[in-house]
This record gives sequence, C-alpha cells and structure tokens, in this order.
Amino acid sequence: MKGWAWVREGWAYRNVYYLLAWRDTKLRYKQTILGAMWAILQPFLTMVLFTVVFGRVIGVPTDGIPYPVFYYAALLPWMYFSNTVAQSGLSLVSNARLITKVYFPRSALPIAPALSGIIDFGVGTLILIAMLGYYGLHPTWKLLLWPILVLMLASLSCTIGMMLAALNVRYRDVKHAVPFILQLWLFATPIVYPVNIIPEYLRHLAYLNPLTGIVAAFRSISVPNHDIDWSSLCISTLIIMVLVIMSIAYFSKAEETLSDIV
Amino acid sequence: MHTSVVKIENLSKRYKLGQLEGSTMLREAVVNVLHRRSGRTAQSDQFVWALKDVSFDVPEGEILGVIGRNGSGKSTLLKILSKITRATSGVTQVTGRVASLLEVGTGFHEELTGRENIYLSGTILGMTKKRIDEKLEEIVTFAGIERFIDTPIKRYSSGMIMRLGFSVAAHLEAEILLVDEVIAVGDTEFQRKCLQTMGELRGVGRTVLFVSHNLAAVENLCTRAIWLDDGLVCGVGRPKEIIQKYMNTFGDARAGELALDHILSRRGSGEVRFSRIEFLTMDRRRTRVIASGDDLVIQLQYNAKSRIEKPVFGLEIYTNLGTLVTQIHTYNSGVDVPSIGPGNGYIDVELPNLNLAPGRYHVSLSLTGLGYVFYDVVDHCAIFDIDASCRYGLNRALKRDAIMCVSSNWIIPNDTV
Repeated sequence: MKGWAWVREGWAYRNVYYLLAWRDTKLRYKQTILGAMWAILQPFLTMVLFTVVFGRVIGVPTDGIPYPVFYYAALLPWMYFSNTVAQSGLSLVSNARLITKVYFPRSALPIAPALSGIIDFGVGTLILIAMLGYYGLHPTWKLLLWPILVLMLASLSCTIGMMLAALNVRYRDVKHAVPFILQLWLFATPIVYPVNIIPEYLRHLAYLNPLTGIVAAFRSISVPNHDIDWSSLCISTLIIMVLVIMSIAYFSKAEETLSDIV
Repeated sequence: MHTSVVKIENLSKRYKLGQLEGSTMLREAVVNVLHRRSGRTAQSDQFVWALKDVSFDVPEGEILGVIGRNGSGKSTLLKILSKITRATSGVTQVTGRVASLLEVGTGFHEELTGRENIYLSGTILGMTKKRIDEKLEEIVTFAGIERFIDTPIKRYSSGMIMRLGFSVAAHLEAEILLVDEVIAVGDTEFQRKCLQTMGELRGVGRTVLFVSHNLAAVENLCTRAIWLDDGLVCGVGRPKEIIQKYMNTFGDARAGELALDHILSRRGSGEVRFSRIEFLTMDRRRTRVIASGDDLVIQLQYNAKSRIEKPVFGLEIYTNLGTLVTQIHTYNSGVDVPSIGPGNGYIDVELPNLNLAPGRYHVSLSLTGLGYVFYDVVDHCAIFDIDASCRYGLNRALKRDAIMCVSSNWIIPNDTV
C-alpha cells in the first residue's frame, strides 16, 4: 500500500507538477526567434527527410499510406517519447539545487517534461490532421482512440524517464547512455519501416517493445482503411502497466536518499 | 499551556563519507556486487554522524534559535524536519503546515520574469494559486520591484532577486517556518526588513526554527535557543544564557592561545593562512588585559605559500553575546597592501583609545583578495579582555550589556539648586 500513499501524495502536490511543467513549457522557447514553431518544425522536417531517404531512395513499403503521413504519424509519438525521456532522465541532476533546498514529491521533476511535451504533441497533431485533409484521408471513429494512445505514450515516457532520472543520480553513466539507447530504440521501433516487414521470427520480440503497439496504432487511426492491431496494442498496455508499477516501486525507494547523493 | 508542534526524539543522521565521488560509477557498483558474491565485502565505508540522539520539543508560537559552529548539524536538523532528507534513526513529529526557507528564492529561474517566478517559487514552497493571486500585489510592493515585475530576473540586481525571494517567503501561510541563514545575506536595508518581519512572526503565533550564525539576531528575536555541537545538543534555554555558554567555549578553549595554525574550522583557499595573533601595547609589548580607552595593537602573523597580490586584511570584534562591535579592513581604511609573501610575515593594526566597555571580546579574522577571493577566514579565533578599570569614570554600576564607554562632560547650570 506504500505505492498508493505515494500516488496520493503526488496528487496532493499536483500544483507543483503543473507549475514545473508550465516552467518547462515557458523555458523551452525563450529567447528563440521561431518560438513554438519549433514544435512543428522538428517532426515536420524529420518527416521530409525520412520521406526522401526511406521513401523515395530506399522505397520502404507502406501499405498504400502516403509517405508523409506514414512517417509523420509515427514521428510525432516518437519525438514526444525521445524528447521526454532525454529531458526527464536528466531532470533530477539538473535540478539538484532544488532537491536539496525544499521538499516536494521528487517525481514532479521527471514527470513535468512529459506533461509539458503534450502541448507540443497537440500542436503537432493539428498538422497531422491538416495533412490528412490534404491527402483526402477522411477521419474515422478510430480517432477517438487518440487520447488513450496519448495517455499510454505519456505513461510509458514517464516510467522510463523516472527510472533513468533516479539511476542518473547514483550513476552518471546514464547521461552518456541515454542518447545512445534512444538511437537504438528508434531503429528497434517500426518508425522508418512498417510492422509487417519484420520477419515472423522477430515479430514477437518487436511486440515486447511497448512503443511498437503505440506507433503502429497512431498510424492505423490516421488512415481509413487500416485495421488496428489490437493484440499488439494489448501487449503494449500490459507492459506499460508493469513498467508503471516497477517505476513507482523503484522511484519511491530511490527518492529516500536522493538529496544526500545528488 | 502551549502544545508542542514539533517533537523530536533520539534523532540521528549518518552520512556516508565519500559517497559523492565513491560508488557513483556503475563500474564500482558492479565490483561491489561481485565482491559481496565472493564473500568479501568492499572496503568498509566510513560514516560521519551529523546528528546524534537529538531530542527536544518546540511549543506552538515559539521562535527557536539554533546555534553552533559550522558542521555542528544545524542544517541537517532543518533538512530532516522539512523532509528533504531522512533521519537514520529516531522520530520526528511535526503538526501543521511546514515551509522551509533554506535559501532565498527557492526555485527561481533566471529566464523567467518576476511575476512568473513568484508563482513558481510560491507554489514550490507550498502556496496555492489562489493565495498567490491574492498576495501578488503585496509581494511585489514588499520587494519593491513594481517596475520590473515583467522583466526576466536575469536582468535584476542580486539585491532585487534577494528581496523578491524573501518577499515570497514572508507571505507563506505555513504554521511552522524553518529558516536557515536567509537573513545573513543582502544589503543592510534588506536585512533590517527581514529581521523586522521575523520579529512580527512572534506576534502572529507562528512557530519558527531559525538557524543562524548571527547571534545578535538570535538573541533579539528568539524566545529560546538550542546549541548544537558535533551533532549533540549542548544546551537549550534562554537565548542569552545559551549564547553566552556557546561563546565561552571559544574563550575557554582559546584563552591564552594565540597560535592559529592548528585551528581546523576555517574557510578559504589556504594560499595564505593566519599563523598567530598577538595583542600588544603601542610600544609593542605583549598584553592580554587592557583598560577601556587604552591603546591596543593587534598583530596578525601569517604564512603565505605563494606571493599574493593586493591582499585585504580584515578583523571583526564581537561581544561575548556575539554582537558585532566593529569591522576593520585594510581596504575600507583606504590602505592598499601591494603584495605579501611568500613566507612568514605580519601586519599590525593600531586601535588607539579602544573605548570598549569592560568585558570579554572575540576576534574573527579574514584575509581576502579583490573579487570575492577568500584566502583564509577564521571565526572567533581569539579573545581579549577589557579590564573594569575604566578610564571614563569610576565605573560604578555600569550596566553589564553596554558595549562602549564614551568620554563625557556634564555641564551643570549655575542656577541649579
């Protein structure tokens, strides 16, 4: 029941989570010329690059989905995930001063980037909808899944971010490992390629990656004649639930000594 | 009868030495695990006890001053009470909302504006948005930054940031305040304001734990004082008595002791260190006890490891109650020391007609450079006594806590009957 008390305390301090997320949002584009445009430009330009390299040059099969939609629908959740994990993984160490001077639930620091990232994600989604309109792809009931997928994605990012952040306090190796892990993870997830070209004997392994189900589902809900792979989505959900429990257990243990060793 | 809002029983806190650099590498953790597997333990860890078996109660409405040397466990105590760190053993029971002010401007971010920082810092310190909305104007006025409220604080002067930070803190609605040295910084005007606000808390009935090196502030503001030394409680009671006892330890330990090189509790880079202090008469004979109004020469001997350009010698004189009497600097006196060292050397400071009231005085020394360079700072490192044979009269019933003797002429009008 310790985990439950942990969650309740977090709820009591929800203002702090909100304010820290608000701070991250405010700070992200301070003193930039393009400001919030970056939220759109990053995935959009990456999409253009992927479309040229993997679509036009290599010719990855996409089940008839236009390349820009195929890549953009997958890059949006991926960029949210990688930005959040990169930021929240370092959050405890970069806010060491705060940790040693005042008490609030420490999880607010790694969770704040996940919350503030949702705004960028929302803006990015508007671009996706505009693209669907451009390609004449009519939205279907499947779009109702969008909030659930975002919730799954945010939870997953939080769990990984929290565990890395706590680990980074003790072992600064994490700081060097994170960019590398993310790079591997990008290619281990069906982002530049569709799920169904993964050879049969590797597919089970691919499903164990919780991002597989989420990314595939984001693609499926964007285009009309593309069925959602419910089984992979269920596996992702299960794995995320396990990760949530694991990360709370680990983090609530690790936060006891944070301020002494950070 | 007041109820206790803070109860502390047998509180102990142990820190592992070397943990900061030590096993924070994954490699070492792996090595440690392997060692444990093979039945060997890794090199036994060294521990240091920041607090040992500390117990005391704080009744509601009390302003408790916590005093003690650096590293005596004062800050650790506050950190445990504010839940920042956990005790190794013991029980703490805190009833009521706690706000900890361990620094000025907790959570401030320099890229954000004054207004944004008020919301950020206020929330982190435990204010609700509604409360901040209500108090915003007051906070801004108190800090005196009305014109700059929508400017990023990186454009503020450090004094403005300090004022804004304290202003937010002063408007918290916590029942228990844990305050650490916040008022030791900032300009004099600001310090006065902070002290005043602290004084007002007395009337409000808020409970305050106040850690400070400013003994005069503790004496004036606190209703009770606790003295920690090396993690142990050395005394609890009326501020004046406790402060006197605390100051006496410097006296007892240092009485007749003029060598300074063995003192460990000092700050600074150590490129130059004070090695000895001498109290002399004008003709450079040693003296320990002088009469009020006599001339005193204080000789500061030092040992420099290398050549130091433009050093600034400073000395502070405190009363036995820790009140700062005076601060003397070569720099402030308009004296430029071009360079010193390497090797041994000394500098004399003559204090003609030192008209301190009879009593015991403590001396702190500092050797600094231009631009906030600290070579050596030794607090309360020596004492001298001013004899009761006051030159300013017969010294009948001189009130004990007076600091100065002044020469006086009384003119009695002729028509006085």
